[in-house]
Amino acid sequence: MSTPTSKASQPLIFELGQEGRANRYLEEGKPLESFLPKSVLRDDLPLPDNSELDVVRHYTRLSHRTFGIDLGFYPLGSCTMKYNPRVNDAIAMRPEFAQLHPYTPDELAQGALQVMYELERSLSSLFGMAAFSLNPSAGAHAELGALLIAKKYFKERGETQRDKVIVPDTAHGTNPASAAMCGFKVISLPSSERGRVGVEEIRAILGPDTAVCMMTNPNTLGLFEDDIAAIAAAVHEAGGLMYYDGANANAIMGYARPGDMGFDLMHLNTHKTFTIPHGGGGAGHGPLGVAAHLVEYLPTPVVAASPRPNGETGAAPSDRLTFSLDFDRPKSIGPLRSFWSNFAHAVRALAYLYANGAEGLKRVSQLAVLNANYLRVNIAEFLETPYVEVCRHEFVASAQALKRDHGVRALDLAKALLDYGYMAPTIYFPLIVPECLMIEPTETESKETLDGFVAALREIVEQAKSNPQALFDAPVTTVVGRVDETRAARQPDLRWRPPSVAHQNEVS
Amino acid sequence: MYAPHTQRDIEQMLGAIGIESLDDLLRVPNDIALKAKLDVVPALPEYQIQRRFDRFAEKNAGVEYRSFLGAGSYRHYAPPAIAALAMRGEFLTAYTPYQAEVSQGYLQAIYEWQTYICLLTGMDIANASVYDGATALAEAAIMALGTTGRHKILVSRALHPNYRAVLRTYCDGLDVSVDEIAFDENGTTDLAALAHAVESKEYAAVALQSPNFFGIVDTLTQSALDAVNASGTIPIAVVAEALSLAAFAPPSSWGAQIVAGEAQSFGVAQAYGGPYAGFIASTQEHMRRIPGRLVGKSVDNAGRTAYVLTLQAREQHIRRERATSNICTNQAHCALIATIYLALMGKTGLRDAAALNLARSRELASAVANVDGATLKYAAPFFNEFVVDVGAPAEGVLASLQALGILGGVDLGRWYPELQSCILMTATELTTSADINALAAALDGAINVHAHI
Repeated sequence: MSTPTSKASQPLIFELGQEGRANRYLEEGKPLESFLPKSVLRDDLPLPDNSELDVVRHYTRLSHRTFGIDLGFYPLGSCTMKYNPRVNDAIAMRPEFAQLHPYTPDELAQGALQVMYELERSLSSLFGMAAFSLNPSAGAHAELGALLIAKKYFKERGETQRDKVIVPDTAHGTNPASAAMCGFKVISLPSSERGRVGVEEIRAILGPDTAVCMMTNPNTLGLFEDDIAAIAAAVHEAGGLMYYDGANANAIMGYARPGDMGFDLMHLNTHKTFTIPHGGGGAGHGPLGVAAHLVEYLPTPVVAASPRPNGETGAAPSDRLTFSLDFDRPKSIGPLRSFWSNFAHAVRALAYLYANGAEGLKRVSQLAVLNANYLRVNIAEFLETPYVEVCRHEFVASAQALKRDHGVRALDLAKALLDYGYMAPTIYFPLIVPECLMIEPTETESKETLDGFVAALREIVEQAKSNPQALFDAPVTTVVGRVDETRAARQPDLRWRPPSVAHQNEVS
Repeated sequence: MYAPHTQRDIEQMLGAIGIESLDDLLRVPNDIALKAKLDVVPALPEYQIQRRFDRFAEKNAGVEYRSFLGAGSYRHYAPPAIAALAMRGEFLTAYTPYQAEVSQGYLQAIYEWQTYICLLTGMDIANASVYDGATALAEAAIMALGTTGRHKILVSRALHPNYRAVLRTYCDGLDVSVDEIAFDENGTTDLAALAHAVESKEYAAVALQSPNFFGIVDTLTQSALDAVNASGTIPIAVVAEALSLAAFAPPSSWGAQIVAGEAQSFGVAQAYGGPYAGFIASTQEHMRRIPGRLVGKSVDNAGRTAYVLTLQAREQHIRRERATSNICTNQAHCALIATIYLALMGKTGLRDAAALNLARSRELASAVANVDGATLKYAAPFFNEFVVDVGAPAEGVLASLQALGILGGVDLGRWYPELQSCILMTATELTTSADINALAAALDGAINVHAHI
């Protein structure tokens, strides 16, 4: 049996336990044959029986083999890995929220609807949109919803020839993938030497076939698109719509709003900007915002509010309202998911808004941008930063020179950082920067943490010059070394099989 | 705002950057700079935030009611050990496991999840999760569209109305039409109509839910499967109540090639609809079209067992507009919760849970059937929910029950005009005999009132 710190691999849950070693959570059930004809029943249920203690040890040990924000600095660009306040989880897990059935009649779920209403109203003001839908489950899901809105909008205007979506070459991969899921053709727009979208360049590709221009601002290089008003005007003049990818919204709160920049559609990732835990890759939560002319296309349902009939007064304006889920939206694109929202995340996001208020959110963006620039100027002393100017919440560095002179790639720097107890930055993205490291510190990290990270990266870069082999071997302190990804892809092993079946497969 | 900066820190850092003020760092062009006054909820200290949410919590009285609601979201027992493990910060605050060396634990847990889903569905492979059951169906349909090159999807009308609506939303984007097959007087899909429809060879896939929206086993017979296969149509099975997999023959046994499902029943909170845990499983031949993340087992540079995200050439961050799906963030943490639930329950616990759902729902069914004016609409085998015809507008009957502190079920007239007098009622292992007796007594009175209006 391995100990938590040992590098010995942890057995799979299927390799543990004994049949009949049951935990008595429920009464013993009668044989299934007493309820149903044998013809509809399964023959076997090949799952392991484990004691609760063994299960607790197993997953506790797996947790020890997993790195999260709670363990250390997580400078993953475009992912906004800030501290996830525990109070948000405590509130979301309260039974009045966690045990509420989605088909609970509106009058018995007024608290849940009020949470959604307050979040929706606050986000609309904060980002200058007419309304938000809390329906989408993640950023990419909201992109899909937004492009479906655009498609329907143009169809109703008789402009079905608008089949092109413009995506800058610095965009997240989800942008072109979402466009393709709506049948749009993607036009990739190269960035200027300033790392931005150029007004003349975009004018050159606009036309009667332009549907949507999808932009991130600040973009994934961490640079603010300062020509955004002119770009939006040009797209609108051509009859197209502007879409704002809100992955980088942590940089603008209290200073600029997508609505004021000219965007018609946008999404937020509350699992980035508003401290929802990423949970190892979800669940996310992607509110979808629209300008006034697109409100009626939002996914169903939306939360509707009306004054309370008995005129009760309360502490906050929303306390004087009564709420309902509105499904009767003739122009809506329809629902994007089984039920109304990733509601537990709406609770967390609203709790975070209450912890900040408008002034606090402005402070959040200030300190996120301060941290990024502090890292940028310190790292620029020993690593190339291709765009030498004030950045926003993130910036890019490049290992191009190290690769040319010493054969050390961005990947090697990333792996070496793991040995220092840091998560690696995003690497090889955006695609236009060779040997790219994309670094986003967020506002919740202290100066001491940033100084420690800079010192570690400096040491690694020095080692890249003096002893590159050490970096090729990194990481060495982790429970495993570099994983053979080629083998994983060429001989896919995507599941455990019971020994007898596995044996049969080998024989055949 | 959870930021640790002292004034001194800020001054030192601005000095290092060579900038005077924070405003200088964040300045944007004048024409777009914020001018409006922001209307955001006010800042509160933490204990006041809790009090504010106390007020919201009080207004969710529905959680106190005796509930017979199901229809895609189920109340099951979740051992506290699940939360104790899943809420560990290492799991909760990790990102998608791109850096395999420091993510072995999570990757292994997802590999275990993929295995559990395969073992339960009888499929060869399963992905690392999708948003929920409805989007799982939509993504499964897209897999079939890609495989067959066809432009139509066939779906049973006995499949969850919300799932069908989401399928339609996704298909609208792709200019794909969705046709529906009726259900018959048994409450199951009209297989003769299905077999006839697929003969056109226009459908990429045909989707059936089992147990279906009415709680009934609804699968392809051999002859219907033969017709589906002969037409080159891909059979998709939808599972909205994953616990039923512990009792019923797996979808592989009736020929499903893709299974799209919802694993909320495995320990995931109902939470007014999300987040839940969607899954997609399939036969081996569909491996390269499956959407989202896949965890594979490999070795590290010292030959040790190691797990890693694999077959990423399907995904949006590599293939962009040619990806199999746009999904990026999925539902990893809900999948982890489900995995821990399955590990704790085990074969024995899962069988017990299934048997108790069968027992309590039958106790409920016979109590309701004994009420004057109420009849069970369908006779076919069901899992933990079934349709009751109350012989009066269901909406009114449910309102009367609600006045007595009972959420009697889901009004089927909401989606099926021909079922205006029908209620979908659910009982799980957590439904008590007292709940059932209270419902039966209240139903008697409610039907009496509404049948005579």
